[in-house]
Amino acid sequence: MKKGISYTQAFGTLLKRDLQIAVRHRGDIFNPLLFFVLVVTLFPLGIGPEPQVLTRVAPGIIWVAALLASMLSLERLFKADYVDGSLEQMLLSPQPLPLMVLAKVLAHWILTGVPLILVAPLLAVLLHLDTNSYGALIATLALGTPVLSLLGAIGVALTVGLRKGGVLLSLLILPLYIPVLIFATSAIDAAGMNLPYDGQLAIIGAMLIGSLTLAPFAIGASLRVSTN
Amino acid sequence: MVEQSKATTLVSASNLTCIREERILFDELSFEITEGEIVQIEGPNGAGKTSLLRIIAGLSRPYAGQINFKGEDINRCRDEYNDELLYLGHLAGVKSELTAEENLNFNLRISGYDGFDTREILAKVNLSGFEEALAGHLSAGQHRRTALARLWHTNCKIWLLDEPFTAIDKKGVEELEHLFLAHAQRGGCVILTTHQDMSVIGDDILRKIRLDYRFV
Repeated sequence: MKKGISYTQAFGTLLKRDLQIAVRHRGDIFNPLLFFVLVVTLFPLGIGPEPQVLTRVAPGIIWVAALLASMLSLERLFKADYVDGSLEQMLLSPQPLPLMVLAKVLAHWILTGVPLILVAPLLAVLLHLDTNSYGALIATLALGTPVLSLLGAIGVALTVGLRKGGVLLSLLILPLYIPVLIFATSAIDAAGMNLPYDGQLAIIGAMLIGSLTLAPFAIGASLRVSTN
Repeated sequence: MVEQSKATTLVSASNLTCIREERILFDELSFEITEGEIVQIEGPNGAGKTSLLRIIAGLSRPYAGQINFKGEDINRCRDEYNDELLYLGHLAGVKSELTAEENLNFNLRISGYDGFDTREILAKVNLSGFEEALAGHLSAGQHRRTALARLWHTNCKIWLLDEPFTAIDKKGVEELEHLFLAHAQRGGCVILTTHQDMSVIGDDILRKIRLDYRFV
């Protein structure tokens, strides 16, 4: 019996398992996506179809919907593992916990973040988003949704042991989401006016790097507290 | 029994106190577990057996006291400790969306093993023919066996097993007992909780730690 699994292999094993489970449970992938599409399509019905109005509010609507959709899907991140005992096994595995956690968050982002990014341009057409803004929309979503997943995972890890953690979870993580929302919509607005938006992108990028390096440790520590 | 003086101490607890729901489950509990020992934690429901096992595993923190692994606090040497530790709790850690084979493969790989034959190991727990079956469709006993299969492919020295015999048939329990004996003879230790009487492991080999239900 040899022990010969590298960190990369362990990371890949966990990532593959989470994706495999999600593929067999397809509803989990489509639920947040459906929510995102529904919210965005309902807005023109509610506020009227005038292109000027829609163009003005489009960045906000898309981003708020994306943010809520991402939060909706978060609770599942550790819940199933907590209920069936896999989480305990993960905490006791000889592999470093931040690495395992990062694999789980990445799997979650691939399943919920990436589909949002892919559908967003389509919904932007529906909302008459300024043609100059498409690049900014994709860029902010690509940089911003991983931040949402990483920061949200801290909240989920803290509340996974609670029976009804949903409300608490929203209260905990919504304040952390606000900076991403502000800079992302400001970048899209700037792009719509043909102004440079690299500054806002750089800030979101910095948030991504910051949360990518620090959040896994926070998530790991939170999970240890939750299973105590 | 193995001579205490020669065998090295694997796990030791000093002055453990555990409080749950404002009730003291146990206090000032100290013990040493050496290589080659099979220890049963016994006591009525609610006496704190599972809590004690979780504290030994490092999943929960005791109210006071500490657990040492080879003389060092487990919070200081968690990686080395986890490398030698195999914990199977009440919850099996088996994913019902995956097949028995995928579950075992994942559990072993995440524990760091490579180059094993899952079918061969599943055959040892009588799951031949069920490799492709989703764990959610297996019976309770087979579900449990999927989790227990890890015991047949491990070189962890410390086994912490919470009710390992639940839902396992008589023959399976005997096979497990033989496995525990073999593991103890190889220099490992087994710490388990169970309410069942064991037939293969006699009282001369089995060491018991008794926890009583307390009202204060």
